[in-house]
Amino acid sequence: MIGPLDTLICWLGFLLEVAVVVCVCMHRNYRSYLPVGIYMLCSALETLGSYACLRAFGNSAVYHYFYYYSDATMTVLLFWVIIHFYQQALRELQVNKYIRVGTAFLITATALFSYAVINKNRDHLTGRFVIELSQNLYFEGVVLTYMLWCVIMKLKETRVRLAQLVLTLGIYFSATAIAYAMRNMFSGFGQEVLAWVPTIMSTWLAVAWIYTFVRVTEDRRIGTAQLEAKAAA
Amino acid sequence: MIPSIICTVSVATFMQLMAAYCRSILASCRRVELSDRVREVAGFRGDSIGVSDFGRLLQLVHLCPERGDDHGDIRAVGAYFKVLRGLNRITSSMVPQIAAWTNRECENCSYFAAVALDRRISYSRDLFTQQLGSRA
Repeated sequence: MIGPLDTLICWLGFLLEVAVVVCVCMHRNYRSYLPVGIYMLCSALETLGSYACLRAFGNSAVYHYFYYYSDATMTVLLFWVIIHFYQQALRELQVNKYIRVGTAFLITATALFSYAVINKNRDHLTGRFVIELSQNLYFEGVVLTYMLWCVIMKLKETRVRLAQLVLTLGIYFSATAIAYAMRNMFSGFGQEVLAWVPTIMSTWLAVAWIYTFVRVTEDRRIGTAQLEAKAAA
Repeated sequence: MIPSIICTVSVATFMQLMAAYCRSILASCRRVELSDRVREVAGFRGDSIGVSDFGRLLQLVHLCPERGDDHGDIRAVGAYFKVLRGLNRITSSMVPQIAAWTNRECENCSYFAAVALDRRISYSRDLFTQQLGSRA
């Protein structure tokens, strides 16, 4: 059964994700943030799909399949957003070719790893397995985002908007990875609360990105001295 | 084993990125000059704003009409301040360097609260002027 809280969170998430798409489209250089817009559009569709699935099948195995596997697909799509941020941060170094090769390698490695895990767990593709898969994918996101943040620090990147988008993405990935890792560690403790963390964090990500697009203009720069102080801290 | 490693690394990353995010919000206010009006309202003498002023400044901020666009920043910095104070209490006797750093960060939080108060005072004055204008 769908409760009023589920409905409220679904619709709130959907509206916020659509709002991010609108923010990206209203932006003058919307091409710079096209992957963000596409990701949020897909995420909004996924939210609608989850809601429809929950309405049709209730809190059943079908819903769990849909939720976890669409979530894993969306995480892989989010890697594309990270790669795009890498391209933005490294655009002056003319290393787009290497980034593309790195992306191809990363996606292939993720696909092979996922295939290996799925092949091994063919008999029980739900339950612990999906949680483990999501935990690994989100952790990969944590590592990628943290590396990107280090690159931003190293190159003394001064674009506040890019820095804030990367930071919020890192916070989202790490909080979700913590929740999945804890679900794996304590299989009987606090599962219901921890299961809400990814949904809450994805709503928070949409709010943080709206805030960044609305409040932080493209031309706003951080003083180099402040960045150096940040890096030293 | 793997989940516990992932959890530990993710917690460390989360804390570091959260701190950097709060610092990026604070950085936007660091170069803003405070007006004489806010100094008078808050009772500052000289240039320094202390750690102990944060709570009082935040109370004054909440007394002013909301601008609507600074609520999230104030909450984020408030949470960051609490974490820093906790860290300061833990490290003050053991690692004085970290305690000194948390103190500097707390002062930045106080400065942020003073800037937020300044902006809210300006906003409420604008509202007042608009109301007077519409009556006349």
